[in-house]
Amino acid sequence: MNFTIPFTLNDIADYIPFLKRKPGRYVTPGGKEVHAVLAEFKTPADVYHAAEKVRDAGYKRWDVHTPFPIHGLEHAMGIQRTILPLVSGSIGLGGAAFGLVLQWWITKDYPIVVQGKPFAAWEPFTPVTFELGILHCAFATLIGMLALNGLPRWHHPIFNSDRFLRCSDDRFFIAIDAADAKFEPNAVRTLLQSAGAGHVELVEV
Amino acid sequence: MTTLHPDEATAKGLAGIRPGYANQGDAGDGTLIDDPAVRAPLVLGGMSFGDVTETVCGYAEKGPGKWWLPATLAAASVASLTGLMVGYLIITGVGVWGLTNQVDWAWDITNFVFWIGIGHAGTLISAILCLLKQKWRTAVNRSAEAMTIFAVICAGMFPGIHVGRVWMAWMLGPIPNYNYIWPNFRSPLLWDVFAVSTYATVSLLFWYMGMIPDVATLRDRADRRLRTAEAGGQAALKGDKVRRFVYGLLSIGWRFSGRHWHRYEAAYLILAGISTPLVLSVHSIVSFDFATSILPGWHTTIFPPYFVAGAIFGGFAMVLFLLIPARELFPGMKNLLTLRHLENMAKILLLTGSMVGFAYAMEFFIAWYGANDYEKDVFINRATGPYWWAYWTMISCNVISPQLFWVRRFRQSPLVIFIVSVFVTIGMWFERFVIIVSSLHRAFLPGEWHMFHPTLVDILTFVGSCGVFLTLFLLFTRFLPIFAIAELKAVMPEASPHHHGDEKGAH
Repeated sequence: MNFTIPFTLNDIADYIPFLKRKPGRYVTPGGKEVHAVLAEFKTPADVYHAAEKVRDAGYKRWDVHTPFPIHGLEHAMGIQRTILPLVSGSIGLGGAAFGLVLQWWITKDYPIVVQGKPFAAWEPFTPVTFELGILHCAFATLIGMLALNGLPRWHHPIFNSDRFLRCSDDRFFIAIDAADAKFEPNAVRTLLQSAGAGHVELVEV
Repeated sequence: MTTLHPDEATAKGLAGIRPGYANQGDAGDGTLIDDPAVRAPLVLGGMSFGDVTETVCGYAEKGPGKWWLPATLAAASVASLTGLMVGYLIITGVGVWGLTNQVDWAWDITNFVFWIGIGHAGTLISAILCLLKQKWRTAVNRSAEAMTIFAVICAGMFPGIHVGRVWMAWMLGPIPNYNYIWPNFRSPLLWDVFAVSTYATVSLLFWYMGMIPDVATLRDRADRRLRTAEAGGQAALKGDKVRRFVYGLLSIGWRFSGRHWHRYEAAYLILAGISTPLVLSVHSIVSFDFATSILPGWHTTIFPPYFVAGAIFGGFAMVLFLLIPARELFPGMKNLLTLRHLENMAKILLLTGSMVGFAYAMEFFIAWYGANDYEKDVFINRATGPYWWAYWTMISCNVISPQLFWVRRFRQSPLVIFIVSVFVTIGMWFERFVIIVSSLHRAFLPGEWHMFHPTLVDILTFVGSCGVFLTLFLLFTRFLPIFAIAELKAVMPEASPHHHGDEKGAH
């Protein structure tokens, strides 16, 4: 059976049994499975234009790794807009609703007369409702962002590359995943080199 | 030949700029450019991406300098005073403070409002300036956010211990209990519990999220050194194995992926968007503790905006108070935290200081215009009564001292900014003292008039809380990235995908 992986789920696919990466079609001379082809670039402009080429070549499972977010890279990569705002917004509103219901329910359970005001008046409950909405929204944003990214995770094969560690410093990388349907090591290498990559290497799992 | 940026040429043509005007940036470190068409550089010294990483990670790897250990030990011993005083308070009772029947809130709540206010600058920098696309915030946001967390820790302690029986403090939360007692959700004191705990939590999440990529940088550097050492190259630093493990845990597998950055930036914007109303709500709710009472001097509608402006004012003073010495002590920090950054913050001090001054004036105007005898009496008593010295300390520190910044030379001098920030910090503590104690110490009947005298326990608890704050901040500078490395790199001109090597400089 061949599932196509929904675009937004690329990053969490490894966690879902039936979407899990299949055994690699390619192995290195050392007998290890190929994870990806990794290409190194020196400037943001280089990696940006190379990303446009990889996008136009029709690859689906690939990524750009940069020390900082590059402005407009999501367009160069053809990334769909994230659903994170919907997650944060709905959980935030849910948290606010929870706050209001909590206060109404507690006031019903334990009514306290305060200046003879009606028990069910919503006005004095505004601050706590607001704060609980914000609190839930903040947790949803952080946890949602990490979950959609498939984080936290203990290890990733890309860290097997020694050169890749400079990604957090001043180097820019494109990695085309061996799980991509179009993946063919030589074609990928040629594409990346023609896009201006400096060093290109195979990353083993 | 230098090529003129098109915008620069247009601005010059339109404005007919005075000869030599654009050269004013030559004074100082070259960032104090007054020509609005020229963007001041945010990172100096011709630093590359690699240099930024090296400088900032250097503080966490090699330490900020020899002064760090003695300074931290000194701060920690002051901090231990808090432990002693709080322990003494708990085993004895709140009677060890100078509270009386009439003045039943004094230093405890003053310290609470003082510390919680200091936190607000961090959130303003990380959230509001982010929404306003003020790129200079990247140099100060990490340390200011850290300050927020540490200030809220100090703040949270005071209401916790002033309840008297601290082992009953859990009753502040809506927790089911066998007495079937629930908190009163119509009390501003309870709103405060929710506001402050939400603020502490959200600030912590925001701070942590911003730090994930930079901690991952520290992890990768340690890993790289260990791999080089393994391959027979240069030996790794002492403690690199611990670093790789701890920073590895904290950075939860961040691999700088473009798809991740996309969601990360969305998350950052959402957190900035919700932190903005949050920070405004927190100090508004703190002010409700006073404003919803019927005590003359507290019962005013100006309190929420007045408290928020004061909080930002006091917070920025604290940011400057810590960062100006740090700039001298940390090697290479002047390239990342420029005179322009200090000038911008001095301008915020001037703005918020004037807003606070306006609020003080407005309180007096309303006391007269409102034609309420008690209100009028409280304000006359504030300025001329037994606490006149506190009132005038507040006015001279908060309203008069920042007015120096109207003069360009003063707001561009780190020394003057530092001195003013000390004054403002003192003034903002006195502001809370004046509001709380001078309103409370004279009630409606002369028989209820009392003076408040702090005891040694009052004083040492506050001094200790300053030690707690400083210790936490010094630990932060030693072990975590004190600049937002990724964000700093992203605002450098080279970071733009449309940047070409030939147009160096302002762009």
